[in-house]
Amino acid sequence: MSDFDIGRWRPAPFLPEADSRDGSLTFVVATLCFLACLTLIAVLATNRAARDWTSQLDGQATIIVRPKANETPDGAAARAAETLAGVPGVAEARALEKEKAEALIAPWLGAADLSDLPVPRLVAVQLTKTAPADAIALDRALKAQGLDAVVDDHSVWMADIQHAAQVARWVGMAVFGLIATAAAAVVAFATRAGLAARREVVEVLHLSGAEDGFIAGLFQLRFAKMAAIAGLFGAGAAAIMGAILRLAGGGQGLTPVLPITWLDLLAVLPAPLAAGAVAALAARLTAQAMIRDLA
Amino acid sequence: MSRNPNATGAPDADPAVVRFDDVSMRYGRAPEILKDLTFTLAPGSFHFVTGASGAGKTSLLKLLFLAAKPSKGLMHLFGQDVSTVAREDQPFLRRRIGVVYQEFKLLEHMSAFDNTALPLRIEGRKPDSYRNDVAELLAWVGLKHRMHAMPATLAGGEKQRLAIARAVVNRPEILLADEPTGNVDPEMGLRILKLFVELNRLGTTVLFATHDEDLVARSGMPVLHLENGRLTAHGARP
Repeated sequence: MSDFDIGRWRPAPFLPEADSRDGSLTFVVATLCFLACLTLIAVLATNRAARDWTSQLDGQATIIVRPKANETPDGAAARAAETLAGVPGVAEARALEKEKAEALIAPWLGAADLSDLPVPRLVAVQLTKTAPADAIALDRALKAQGLDAVVDDHSVWMADIQHAAQVARWVGMAVFGLIATAAAAVVAFATRAGLAARREVVEVLHLSGAEDGFIAGLFQLRFAKMAAIAGLFGAGAAAIMGAILRLAGGGQGLTPVLPITWLDLLAVLPAPLAAGAVAALAARLTAQAMIRDLA
Repeated sequence: MSRNPNATGAPDADPAVVRFDDVSMRYGRAPEILKDLTFTLAPGSFHFVTGASGAGKTSLLKLLFLAAKPSKGLMHLFGQDVSTVAREDQPFLRRRIGVVYQEFKLLEHMSAFDNTALPLRIEGRKPDSYRNDVAELLAWVGLKHRMHAMPATLAGGEKQRLAIARAVVNRPEILLADEPTGNVDPEMGLRILKLFVELNRLGTTVLFATHDEDLVARSGMPVLHLENGRLTAHGARP
C-alpha cells in the first residue's frame, strides 16, 4: 500500500528545481551587479570631487599686484585690497602676506632666498554669492586707481574642471549602462537555455491549456528571484569594497581626488531590486517569444 | 490563471464536436501529410483512427489538440472555426480536450499525483477542491499504490494509465489517444480499451489512434482509416 497522505499533499512547482547551470548564472549576474555598483559609487564620488573643486574656486578671484616704482609691494597690495573692497559684488578683499606669496612659488623655486626677487603680492578676493563682481569690473576699478594688477577669476580652470567632471560622469553612466545591458543579455540567454532545457515541461503546460503569459510568468519569477539574490550578493560585495576604500583613504575617502562617503554606499541598495526587474523583463520577453513559436 | 472556461468565441451551434472540411496539413514546406480530409464526429462518439505508420494518424491528432494548424480547409471544434480563435483563447479550447500522448509526456519532476492534478492546477482550481477526485481517479486506473511515485520509477503500463488519468481528470469533452496500447501487452491493451469505453459511456467523445487491428476488430467501434494522408473509411469498419 502507498504511504501517500492525500491530506498533506502540496502541489509541486510547475518548473523543475534549479539545476547546476543556475549556480553559474547567479555568479555571473552577481559579478555584473558588483561591477555596476562599483561604477555607480565611482560616479557619485567623481561628481562630488568635481563639485568640491568648482565650489572652492567659484566665488573667488586672485589679484596679482605689481608695485610701481614709487611704492612698496605691501603698500600696493594694501591699496588694491582697499580699492577692491569697495567694488559692488565683492564681499571681502585681503592682501596676502609676503610669506604666503613666497610659499606659493616655493614648490617651483625650492628653498632659495627670495628676498632679492620682486615677488608680486597677491590679493584674495571673496565675491558675494548674489551678483558677484566679474573680472572686468575688478580690473576697471584697479586701473582707475592706477594699480598695475592682473585679475584671475579662475574661469579658465573652472571650465576645464567642469568639462572633465562632465566627461567622467558620462563615461561612468555609459559603463553602468553597458554592464546593465550585459546583465540583461546574460539573463535573456539563460532564459533561452532554461526554456530549451525545459522544453518538454513548457510543451506539456502549453498543450494542457496553460496561457502563454502564465508559462512566461513562471520563468519570469524564477529568473527575477535568481537575479535579485545575485544582486544582493553583488551589491553587498560592492558596498564592502566601497567601505574598505573609504576606510583605507581616511577622512577623505580613497583619496582627495575620489572622496567616497558612507552615504554613497547606500546607492547600492536598489541594486537587487533593479537586477530582479531587469531579469524579470528579459526573461518574460524571451519566454514569450519562444512560447509564441509553439503552435 | 482562470479566466472564462468557455471563452472561445461563438456558441456551440454545430451539433458535431469535430468537423473537417477538405482539411490538409503539411510540416513547413514538406509535402502534405494529410490530404483533403472531410469528416464529422458526433458528441459522445467513439472512433478508432487506423492506418500504417506514416499514414498521418499522429498528425491528425496534432491538428485536433491544436499543436499544428491546417495548411488548407476548415476545421471546426465545438462548432467553432479554429482559424478564427484568437491565440489568447486557444488555451480554453485545449482545456476541453484531453490527450494521451504516444510518448506519455509525463513531467519527470512531479509525482504521479502531481502529474494527474496538472490540468486542474492550470485551470486555477484550489487543491482542496480536487485532491480526493485525483486520488479516486488514480485508484480507478489502478495506481492507488503508486500515487507518490515519480514517473521514472513507473513501468510502461503504469505510465500509460497515469497519462490516461491526466488526460481525463478535468472531464474533457474530447479524448484523443495516440497509440495508448502501443507499449503494453495485449491484456493490458484490452484493459486500457475498457477504460476508454467506460469514459465514452460517460459522454466523452473518443478518438483512439492505433495500428492494433485485433483490438479494433474486437471492439466493433467505427473507424477513420488513413492511407498516405487520405481518409479511406469513415464510420464503418475497414
